[in-house]
Amino acid sequence: MNLTLLAISALGGLALVLAVILYAAANTFKVSEDPRLDEVIEKLPGVNCGGCGFAGCRNFAEACLKQNRLDALFCPVGGNKTMSAVAAVLGIEAIQVEPAIAVLRCNGSCAVRPKVAVYDGASTCGIAALTSGNLTNCFWGCLGLGDCVSACPFNAIRMNPATSLPEIEEDACVSCGACVNACPNGLFEIRKKRSITGRIYVACMNKDKGAIAGKACFVACIGCGKCEKVCAYHAVILKDNLAYINDDTCTQCRKCAESCPTHAIHE
Amino acid sequence: MKSFTIGGIHPPEFKQTSTVPIIQARLPRTAIVLLNQHLGKPAIPVVKKGDAVKAGQLIAEADGVVSATIHAPVSGIIKTIEPIPDATGYKHQAILIETSGDEWLDQINRSETLERDCLLNPGEIIKKIANAGIVGMGGAGFPAHVKLMPPEGKRATVLIVNAVECEPYLTADHRLMLEKSEEILVGLTILMKAIQVDKCIIGIEINKMDAIRRLQELAVSYPGITVQPLKVKYPQGGEKQLIEAVIHRQVPSGGLPVDVGAIVQNVATVYAVYEAVQKNKPLVERVITVTGNGIKKPGNFLVRIGTPMSYVLDMAGGLPIDAAKLISGGPMMGKPLTNLDIPVTKCTSGLLVFSHQNTSRKESFACIRCGKCIEVCPMGLEPYLFMTLTQHSEWDKLEKAHIMDCIECGCCTYSCPATRPLLDYLRIGKQTVGNLIHRQTNHSDHGQ
Repeated sequence: MNLTLLAISALGGLALVLAVILYAAANTFKVSEDPRLDEVIEKLPGVNCGGCGFAGCRNFAEACLKQNRLDALFCPVGGNKTMSAVAAVLGIEAIQVEPAIAVLRCNGSCAVRPKVAVYDGASTCGIAALTSGNLTNCFWGCLGLGDCVSACPFNAIRMNPATSLPEIEEDACVSCGACVNACPNGLFEIRKKRSITGRIYVACMNKDKGAIAGKACFVACIGCGKCEKVCAYHAVILKDNLAYINDDTCTQCRKCAESCPTHAIHE
Repeated sequence: MKSFTIGGIHPPEFKQTSTVPIIQARLPRTAIVLLNQHLGKPAIPVVKKGDAVKAGQLIAEADGVVSATIHAPVSGIIKTIEPIPDATGYKHQAILIETSGDEWLDQINRSETLERDCLLNPGEIIKKIANAGIVGMGGAGFPAHVKLMPPEGKRATVLIVNAVECEPYLTADHRLMLEKSEEILVGLTILMKAIQVDKCIIGIEINKMDAIRRLQELAVSYPGITVQPLKVKYPQGGEKQLIEAVIHRQVPSGGLPVDVGAIVQNVATVYAVYEAVQKNKPLVERVITVTGNGIKKPGNFLVRIGTPMSYVLDMAGGLPIDAAKLISGGPMMGKPLTNLDIPVTKCTSGLLVFSHQNTSRKESFACIRCGKCIEVCPMGLEPYLFMTLTQHSEWDKLEKAHIMDCIECGCCTYSCPATRPLLDYLRIGKQTVGNLIHRQTNHSDHGQ
């Protein structure tokens, strides 16, 4: 009987001492935080994809609080809806940004871009790019091994086995930019989403001279300049044998796409 | 028998071409001279389209200290300067020369007589080596004159010659040692004078007994030069491995050979130094081994830099019917070629041709944790770990695990029973970590 009482009081006493220590420690080492931080984090998607340019959602929330303006801060995953909610919590103005999507600047499928070598190294674009410029005569195009597919945190990219090119799913892409970083040939670009028929861009990155580019791929940009000449809005610039359409000045009139002899302009 | 002590493998040697004397190759119709045949910045052209050049004439100057000069390997007219695909798999700038005759610059001595004496001082010797565009011909292409000028506070006490040629199939250095033995020894005395050392050790694997004996015989009349026979093991010719085998000192991680008092030069580079200093001849030609499955006339060819591989293949009997893989260099560390017009450079040691059967990769499986890769790694690293860390983009952990010490020798991939593509991942891991370190150092330099 005595032993039981001794045991209970000993453990009880120990528990009490530890509780006091914990309480004291919790109060001494308490980190004072802005209560709005948790509120802001709650409004964010919580994916921690880094698309905003910060190391995760918490970091982004901290930046929002610190700067107290939302000019240069945008969460591509949550989009305008999320930013409005964050603005409401902070009591500041929300800035509406036009939705964007990632596009692949290459149309060099197996059918139009003949292979000249076989690669049997490790199946990643990064490693293939180390070994050889390309397995075709175009040193700039898609390597087809799906580093972008693995990098996308939203499963928005799928490899098309018929063309060996990745395809971006309209509704799943949130333009976080992971694919832009993953592609060793820098083939992805974030452009304005508009409608699916409103996206005009040059689906080629080949900077070789026209004769070489054209032989390597039937739909390559050969740098002929017809698109630049026909654009009434100065939205097309030809540089290093490659055309580029400026997303901000383009009015989607499609004159350039119609004039392109190799159908290198996606519309 | 002396050897490096950590790891290593014993691939079959395939040194059949070691008994074939060097054949002088015919001149190519067009010489394609890449501007980057060395480690460091590409050279800057000093000629333009339409210029007439003589063999041995300067056509591109070095861009800064870690760079090399380039000379015309043939006489003729400059056709164009444009990017062409090279062994890296990408296009790089090259000077194309349309060959016409074989006229050399007057000051170049093309006689075969041995010139023993060198009256130049160390500074003059190094300057002549730099002007001749000599780079490490073992494959890395490090500018020789930079290696011969150690950083402030570091001094060499021994010159080590890499005459190991541990890669299977390659025998170019072996033949050079047999056919130009005295020239090599004279080249060594010149180099010893340049770096002011009185000790030189030539490391040769014992599968080249005839070369060992020949050099040992002749070295008697050259004070300070000894020949060290070494065990046949790959990668005995790796710089750090050779230093350990020969003078029993380990180069510290991230350090240079000169940190342990050694300067290492490939034996072909030594011969090029002899030609440059004694005959005023810049580096414009080299010996390469051409062999493989189905090659009709395998052998060693003395070719001019810029000769397309297709030309070299023709001299060896043409492309075999079942040819599937072409490698520039050796089978362990060589580069696969994606087209036949890629030219020979200062660092090309061989052209190997293999059939599909002999080179296609087997299916790879999950790591079975056998530890074979760790057992064979000559740098004492953990390749299985590197592959996993690279796949998960753990760059910090990779750096801490010393990925930058990897010499990319391929022993791990060769030994893996699960046929995992270890070296593929090691290379990309190393490149990514290297770039991150480079970016960090640059940022700290700019005070960011």
